Amino acid sequence: MLAALIGFLGDFDLAEEAAQEAFAVAAERWPRDGVPASPGPWLITTARNRALDRIRRERTLAAKTRLLDVPLVTEDTVDETTFRDERLELVFTCCHPALATDAQVALTLRTLGGLTTPEIARAFLVPEATMAQRLVRAKRKIKAAGVPFRVPPDHLLPDRLAAVLAVVYLIFNEGYSAPPARADLSTEAIRLGRALAELMPDEPEVYGLLAVMLLHDARRAARVREGDLVLLADQDRSMWDAAQIAAGRAALDRALALRGSGPYVVQAAIASLHAEEPRDWPQIAALYAELARLTGSPVVELSRAVAVAETEGPQAGLDIVDRLALDDYRYLHATRAELLRRLGRTDEAAAAFCRALELVHDEAERRLLERRLADLRGGEPGGTGDGAGGAR
Amino acid sequence: MKYLILIHQGDAPTPYTPDEWAKLSEDEQNAVYRDYQAINQDPRVTPGVQMEPPETATTVRVQDGRTLTTDGPFAEVKEAIGGYFVLEAEDLDAAIEVAARVPAARLGGAVEVRPVVER
Repeated sequence: MLAALIGFLGDFDLAEEAAQEAFAVAAERWPRDGVPASPGPWLITTARNRALDRIRRERTLAAKTRLLDVPLVTEDTVDETTFRDERLELVFTCCHPALATDAQVALTLRTLGGLTTPEIARAFLVPEATMAQRLVRAKRKIKAAGVPFRVPPDHLLPDRLAAVLAVVYLIFNEGYSAPPARADLSTEAIRLGRALAELMPDEPEVYGLLAVMLLHDARRAARVREGDLVLLADQDRSMWDAAQIAAGRAALDRALALRGSGPYVVQAAIASLHAEEPRDWPQIAALYAELARLTGSPVVELSRAVAVAETEGPQAGLDIVDRLALDDYRYLHATRAELLRRLGRTDEAAAAFCRALELVHDEAERRLLERRLADLRGGEPGGTGDGAGGAR
Repeated sequence: MKYLILIHQGDAPTPYTPDEWAKLSEDEQNAVYRDYQAINQDPRVTPGVQMEPPETATTVRVQDGRTLTTDGPFAEVKEAIGGYFVLEAEDLDAAIEVAARVPAARLGGAVEVRPVVER
């Protein structure tokens, strides 16, 4: 409903206020007069008429909206077909490249996710006033700079869709890697992903992203045991959500049926393979190679090194790792440490664990690394693991 | 909607930087002239006045009633505004498309798209 109003009015704040007024009117009238046959359109019409009244009174927005050409529609005459679902236009507007990424994320969560400003502030660990300002500035920018409210034309769509998917994935990862307290963020991201899949049913990367999120989220319960992180190989698979894995694989199948071969589809294929036992390491390694080719990301190469080590031995993996320029990345050193450990180069492994510990900021990760370092020094195997912390 | 398009030459070679300009091929130099001309001929564009380069600027401040001047532009010479024009565009995407055609944008400079207040 909000999306339709924003589309009509071209103004986020006016749309929100009008919507609230409409709900207030409904709360007052419906108990008395009965619920109308089409409550949704009734609300939208009421909201729109309220907004129209205000605009006529204020006159400031008259030139900037299309409203004055539209005939006045009364609440009784509308039905479900009168208004289009404009959520897709809304999501592309929120994720317009003219806005900074943190503004795109906040606006998406606020207007499409329906999260309140305090909820978003808590999710990203910033003061509420900061988040409120961020939203105010973003809305002002959209209005003042003339960000168009539309699904981008074909020649702009690939880049713009990539930006939307990146925002949704960012939201998912915030909820996924942080302590369980923010699981609702991941759930919200999945909800957004499903909405996107519904709105853009012919875009394979949309299904690819949805699949990635579902397949990762399915492992949430098994990732943490008594506050400690558990490596993928050590996870209790019975704690994985089988229904989510099935849903993820269904989304992946749909993406492949649409001939998808982009980065999210490849990531989903990898995640699907990781959920199998025993794991098809050669195929996983091949897919990481394809993903590295698509993204040029050294972090992906690191994951490939881990997979290669499983099929060709730790030295082969180490050869790849040592070529990467990721010295400030804790997972590089954790991976090196694991591979060195398997090669029996214990002192070098310990040094690598120490370097990783210097770079860690998450308490659960710190404890995991400290445990592995202790196991190493104690001479006991620290579990098979599959690279430290790379796949969880 | 009206936008002011502000051109920052940055590291882009221009006839005012003869050594760098000479490193461009004749085709590339001609392309620069052609692209600026095409923009000026776009019916949505109102060309700005042509300015001398940023080095010729003088920056003025007034402190305690005294007028203070500094040689050069307000920003770094590299970041200063080299030129501008006014664009009448349907929305920000349309304005960005025109801005992207300014040669400075692809040669090491940057172009700012600023909405104009209309009353």
